[in-house]
Amino acid sequence: MSSTTIIPLELLFYLAGFIAIVASFKVVMGKHAVHSLLYLIVSLLAVAVCFYFMGAPFAAGLEVIVYAGAILVLFVFAVMMFGLGKDEEKHAPQTSGLTIWFGPSALALALLCELIYIINSVEQHNVTAINHISPKQVGSLLYGPYLLAVEIASFLLLAGLVAGYHFAKPDGQKHSNTIDKIGENQ
Amino acid sequence: MTTNLSMLAWLPFYPLISFFILILLGKRLSWFMASVVSVGAVSLSAISAFWLVQQLAISDQQVITVQLWQWFSLGNSQVNFTLYLDGLSAVMISVVTGVGALIHLYAAGYMKTDENFSRFMAYMNLFIVAMLLLVLGDNLVLLYLGWEGVGLCSFLLIGFWYQDKNNALAARKAFIVTRIGDTAMAIALFMLFNSLGEFNINHLTELAAVKWQVGDQQVFWIALLLLGGAVGKSAQLPLQTWLPDAMAGPTPVSALIHAATMVTAGVYLIARMHGLFLLAPEVMTYVAWIGALTLLLAGFAALAQTDIKRVLAYSTMSQIGYMMLALGAGAWSEGIFHLMTHAFFKALLFLTAGSVILALHHQQNIFKMGGLVKKLPIETTLFAIGLICLIALPGTSGFYSKEAIIASLWTSPTAGPIFWWCAILGALLTSVYSCRLFFLTFLGNSRASSGTHIDNKTDPKIEVNTDFSAIMRWPLYLLAVLALLGGLFSTMLDQQLAIIFANTSLDTTVAEEFEPHWLHIVAIATPFIGIVFSWFYFADYRQTSGINHDAAFAEKNSRLTSFCLHGLGFDWLYQKLFINPYCFIAKLNRKDIFDQIIMTSRWYVDLWRSALIANQNGSLRWYAASLGIAVIFLLGVALL
Amino acid sequence: MISLPLEHIFILACILFMIGFVGVIARKNTLFILMSLEVMLNAVGIAFIGAGSVWEQADGQVMFILILTLAAAEVALGLALLIRLQRRFQSLDIDKLNRLRG
Repeated sequence: MSSTTIIPLELLFYLAGFIAIVASFKVVMGKHAVHSLLYLIVSLLAVAVCFYFMGAPFAAGLEVIVYAGAILVLFVFAVMMFGLGKDEEKHAPQTSGLTIWFGPSALALALLCELIYIINSVEQHNVTAINHISPKQVGSLLYGPYLLAVEIASFLLLAGLVAGYHFAKPDGQKHSNTIDKIGENQ
Repeated sequence: MTTNLSMLAWLPFYPLISFFILILLGKRLSWFMASVVSVGAVSLSAISAFWLVQQLAISDQQVITVQLWQWFSLGNSQVNFTLYLDGLSAVMISVVTGVGALIHLYAAGYMKTDENFSRFMAYMNLFIVAMLLLVLGDNLVLLYLGWEGVGLCSFLLIGFWYQDKNNALAARKAFIVTRIGDTAMAIALFMLFNSLGEFNINHLTELAAVKWQVGDQQVFWIALLLLGGAVGKSAQLPLQTWLPDAMAGPTPVSALIHAATMVTAGVYLIARMHGLFLLAPEVMTYVAWIGALTLLLAGFAALAQTDIKRVLAYSTMSQIGYMMLALGAGAWSEGIFHLMTHAFFKALLFLTAGSVILALHHQQNIFKMGGLVKKLPIETTLFAIGLICLIALPGTSGFYSKEAIIASLWTSPTAGPIFWWCAILGALLTSVYSCRLFFLTFLGNSRASSGTHIDNKTDPKIEVNTDFSAIMRWPLYLLAVLALLGGLFSTMLDQQLAIIFANTSLDTTVAEEFEPHWLHIVAIATPFIGIVFSWFYFADYRQTSGINHDAAFAEKNSRLTSFCLHGLGFDWLYQKLFINPYCFIAKLNRKDIFDQIIMTSRWYVDLWRSALIANQNGSLRWYAASLGIAVIFLLGVALL
Repeated sequence: MISLPLEHIFILACILFMIGFVGVIARKNTLFILMSLEVMLNAVGIAFIGAGSVWEQADGQVMFILILTLAAAEVALGLALLIRLQRRFQSLDIDKLNRLRG
C-alpha cells in the first residue's frame, strides 16, 4: 500500500538514493583523502536510509554502526595517524583531465547499460510490497542455518587482525630491516 | 656358363672397390700403390670385358644377363639391378674399359706430381663404374643411375683443380647444362612408365611396338624428350656450350670423359632405344638435323680456336654430330662403329696433346707452340696418326666408319641428300682445321717463349721437356695401333650388331631410290681436297725459314674469327636469353616472396606476442579494467 | 508500507557499483582505490537486501552481515598494506607496484 501523505515515502527512497549516488561521485573524484572519506560516510548513511525503506531496519542499523561508524572511522584514523593523506599533489597529478576519465567511464557505462538491459528484460516485475523483516528473524537465521558461516566469519576477522598487526608493525624489527634494505638498493 | 655370369656380375665392381680403397686410404697410399690399385681395377674390368665379348661371339646365345638383386617394384613392373650384355653393350664395355684402362695408365704418369693423386684416380674409377652401369643396365632406371653418375664424375673431375675459380665455374656450367638434358630424359621416363608401365628396355620395346603406330603423337614426344637428354650429355646443339669449357679439367679427364666415353652416352641411349625412335620418324629426322648442324657449327668453331684442347673439344662435338647423323638416318651399326673408332683416335689425340702440354710446361696456346717436329718426334708422329684417322684418309679406322656413315645418308628415308652434303662439308672442315692444328703445333718455327715477342733471336727459349716415362708412351702406342687397324673390327661388329638391329628397316618407299655414281668418289676425295687447300692456305704456319711473319701469328681479331672463336656466339646468346632475365628475376625476388608469405605467420604470432606483452604490464588498475572488459564481453555474448 | 519495484533497487545498486568501479580503475592513489572498493561492496549489499526483501526472507540481511565482515577485514588489511607501501616507496602510487610485468 502506498502512503497517501503529502510526500510519498517512495520519493524519500529515491532521494536517499540520489544522495548516495552524488556522494559516491564525490568520493571517487575527490582530491583530498579526508574529504572523500567524509563523503563516503555520507553515502553510507544515505544507503542506510534506503535500507530502512526497503524494510530492513536491522541492516540499516548495522550499516550505520558497523560500516560507517567503525570501519570508516578506522579508515579515517589510519589516514590521519599515518599521514597517508598528505602527499596528494605528488601522488595524484593526473586525476583531473578528460583523458584519464574517458576510458574508465566508457567501460563503466557499457557495463551499466548491459546490466540495466538484463534487469529490465526479466518478465516478472516484482513489485515489492515492502515487508518489514525484524531483527529477530535475522538473529534466528544467524544462530540457525548460518551458524557455520558466522564462525568462519570470525576466523576471517581474526586473520585480518593478526595480519593487520603484523604488516603495520613499525620498522626497527629484524624482519623488516632486510626487506627495506633490498628496497633501498633498488 | 656360370663363370660368364659371375664375370659379368663382377665387371662393374672392380673399379668401385678401388674407388672406396682410394677414398678411404687416400693420402696414405704411395703413388705406386694408388696407381696399381686404380689401373689394376680397370684392367681387370677390361680383361673381363674382353673375355665376355669373346664368349658372346663364339657361343650361340646372343645375350648374357645376370640379376644382382631386386631393387624395387613399381606397380606391376619390377625394377631390378640386372646387368644385360648383348652386342651393343659388348661394344660399349670394350671401349669403355679398354680405352679407359689405357687412359688410366697414362693418367698415372701425367698426374704423378699432383698432391691429390688418389682423389683423382678415385674419381676416374667411379666414373668407369657409372659408365659401365649405364651401358649394362637392362632397365631405364639403372641406366639413369649410371647417367647421373657420369654427370657427377664429370663435375668432380672438371673441377678437380677447384682452387682456381674458373675450373669450378666450368664444372658448374657443365653440370647445369647437362642437367637440362637430364630433366628432359626424366620426363621421358615418366611418360614411358605412365603409358607402358614398364622400365625394362626389352619389354618396353615390345610393348611400344604393340601399343603405338608409327607416327603416334605420344611416342613422338617421348622420343623427342629422350633426344633432349642425349643432346645434353653429348654436347650437341642446343646444349653444346659446356664442352669447350670442360677442357679446364686435366687432360686425361678430357680424353676419357669428354672424348671417348661420357659424351657418347647420348649416342648409346638413342641406339639402345632405337625401337622407340623407329616409331617416330620425324624425331629421327630431328636427330639427323641436330647432328648435321652441330658438326658444321663445331667445324667452323674449330677453325678459329687458339687452345689446343678446345680445338679437340670442338672436333669431338663435330664427330659426335656424325654419330647422331648416322643414328638419325637409321644407320645404327655405322654410328656405333664410328663411336668405337672415334674413341681410339680421339683418346690418342688428347693424350698426345697432354704430352705436348706437359713438355711445354703447361702451355696450351697453339700460337705459342711450333717447331716440335725435331724436339718431340714421337709425339708428332702419334698426333699425325690420330689426325689422319680423324680426317678419315683411306686405310685408317676412321675411314671405314666415316665412309660407312656417309654412304648411308643419301638413300635413308629419314635423312637425304642435303644431309649428305652437310657431311661432306663437315669432312672438308675437319681436314682443314686438323691441318691448321698440326701446322701450328708441330711445324714451323718454335714460338714457345715466356715473353710476348716471337723473335727467336733474342728471347731465351723455354726448355722443352722431352723426358716421358714409359707409362705415358705405351698407352699411346697401343691407341695408335688401334686407331690405324680398328677398321678390321668392322666385320665382327656388324655381325654382333646386326642381330640387335635386325627388323629395323625403315619405310624405304619415301627415299630416293637412285644413288648417283659419283657419291663415293666425292666422299673419298674430300679429305684430300682439304689437305691440299690447307697446305697452301696455311703455308705461313708450316714454314721453317727464318722469316717470322708476326702478323701471321698474331691472333686474328676480325669479327668473323672472334665469332667462331667464341663458339659461334652461343654463349653470348644464352647469356642474353636465359641468364640475364633469370638473374634479373632473382634480383627482383631478393626478399624471396615465398619466404615472405611464410613469414606472415611469424608476423601474426609476433602481433599476438606484442599484444600479450602489452597486456601484462604489471599495473593493477589495468588488470581490474580487463576484468571489466571481460565481463562486458561475456554479457554481450550471452545477450546476443 | 511502501512498495518499490525490484528493478529500481537493482538499478541503484548497479549505478553505485559502476561508480566504485570507475574509481578503482581511474585513480592512482591506493587510498582512493580502497575507498572505491568500499563503495562497490556497499552497492552489492543493497542488491542483497533488496532481493531478501522481495522474498520476505532474512537471508538477504545475513548475506549483508557477511559482506560487512568481509569489508572490515579487508579494510584492516588494506590499510596495513598501504602503510607498508608508503614506507617502501614513499608514495601511494599504485603504478609503482609493477615489477610483475611480462
